[in-house]
Amino acid sequence: MANEVVLLSTWPSMFGMRVRIALAEKGVKYEYKEENLQNKSPLLLQMNPIHKKIPVLIHNGKPICESAIIVQYIDEVWNHKAPIMPSDPYQRAQARFWVDYIDNKMYDTWRKMWLSTGEEHETWKKELISIFKQLEETLGDKPFYGGDTFGFVDIGLIPFYSWFYTFETYGNFKMEAVCPKLIAWAKRCMGRETVSKTLPDEKKVYDHVVGMKKALESK
Amino acid sequence: MAKNDLKLLGGWFSPFALRVQVALNLKGLDYEVVEQTLSPKSELLLKSNPVHKKIPVLLHADHKPICESLIIVEYIDEVWTNAPSILPQKPYDRANARFWLSYIDDKLLTSTKSILMAEDDEAKKPHLEQIEEVLEKMEEVFNKYSEGKAFFGGDTIGLIDIGFGSFMSWIRVTEDIIGIKVLDEARNPSLAQWAQSFAAHPSVKGLLPETPKLTEFAKLLILQWTASAR
Repeated sequence: MANEVVLLSTWPSMFGMRVRIALAEKGVKYEYKEENLQNKSPLLLQMNPIHKKIPVLIHNGKPICESAIIVQYIDEVWNHKAPIMPSDPYQRAQARFWVDYIDNKMYDTWRKMWLSTGEEHETWKKELISIFKQLEETLGDKPFYGGDTFGFVDIGLIPFYSWFYTFETYGNFKMEAVCPKLIAWAKRCMGRETVSKTLPDEKKVYDHVVGMKKALESK
Repeated sequence: MAKNDLKLLGGWFSPFALRVQVALNLKGLDYEVVEQTLSPKSELLLKSNPVHKKIPVLLHADHKPICESLIIVEYIDEVWTNAPSILPQKPYDRANARFWLSYIDDKLLTSTKSILMAEDDEAKKPHLEQIEEVLEKMEEVFNKYSEGKAFFGGDTIGLIDIGFGSFMSWIRVTEDIIGIKVLDEARNPSLAQWAQSFAAHPSVKGLLPETPKLTEFAKLLILQWTASAR
């Protein structure tokens, strides 16, 4: 059977980056289609009718949605190299817990901080920083969340590194000062080609977010 | 497995804790349930789940606690590999099962809470539409996946059955409180039938909270939600 792999995503999406990193780790060849979220393609609407969101992985014509689900799928299908999930069920449960934590907390809190001002903004900023501090604590002294090897939580979190400059600028704080160990971990991840070739330039992300805010405010 | 090697911090009212109990029963495991209250939260709960401070939590032997109902269910399936399997075998089917549960947790649970808190019919409307949309979708999913058998998992209950089925009592309670039937034999015949089959399954029987008792509990909980929302 021909192995046809297509990824629908957008270049600034942290969630899309997770999938691209996972595919790169496994050496999977795929076709990338950049989506315009203001004008979603018929393919996207057909493949993810429920949420109409990216990323969507299309494998031999069948869609898989939700980045954490897609990454696990990739790990299960292309199981010949570079394991992403830990082999131990207990470690797997822990890995899933932390990706779930990131998914529930990180983006929403950032968004609330981004769109608020004054006292509310300060509250969300504190919350965002506490989330990063928790993640730094979870990492501990390990080189990666996966221990010695780069794994599910590393893939889950590292795309946010390309957004750190944006978070810092809108929040008026420095990640290096707040969680230095997390920055050290991020740089370690960036030493992997699969990561450095996937993450966009942080300034480019910032300009994009500035553009998004202007568009929201003009509505 | 000795009884005290498996401890579940659960609650009779919690559909999430129910998911874990059904999974444990399905695998034929001996375990102890340590019944929790929502407030005050026990020392053990706060120590076992410091991040979310929520039930369910599974304490398994010397391991650190395992939290989040669906993560616990997958853990149970991976450790106790005896039949029946909770997750499907093929990666695509597994991804699908996880997707539908994520959909239920995202859309159904939030709209149920919102409708219970809604003050009038106008406020209830969008949430009612969302709930009906989810049930209609799940009716479609059931018809597609069950292949004419009793459960989403086919002959035996699987991840979707456990994740979605555990929520049925809360759907009944919601119907009672808002005075509108949402899971309707006429509109969702397959789901209505399936809900009965799920309730009668040996791993589930006796665990579903009774509607009057849960309704009482829900009314108190709604007051708490409303108070903290102000």
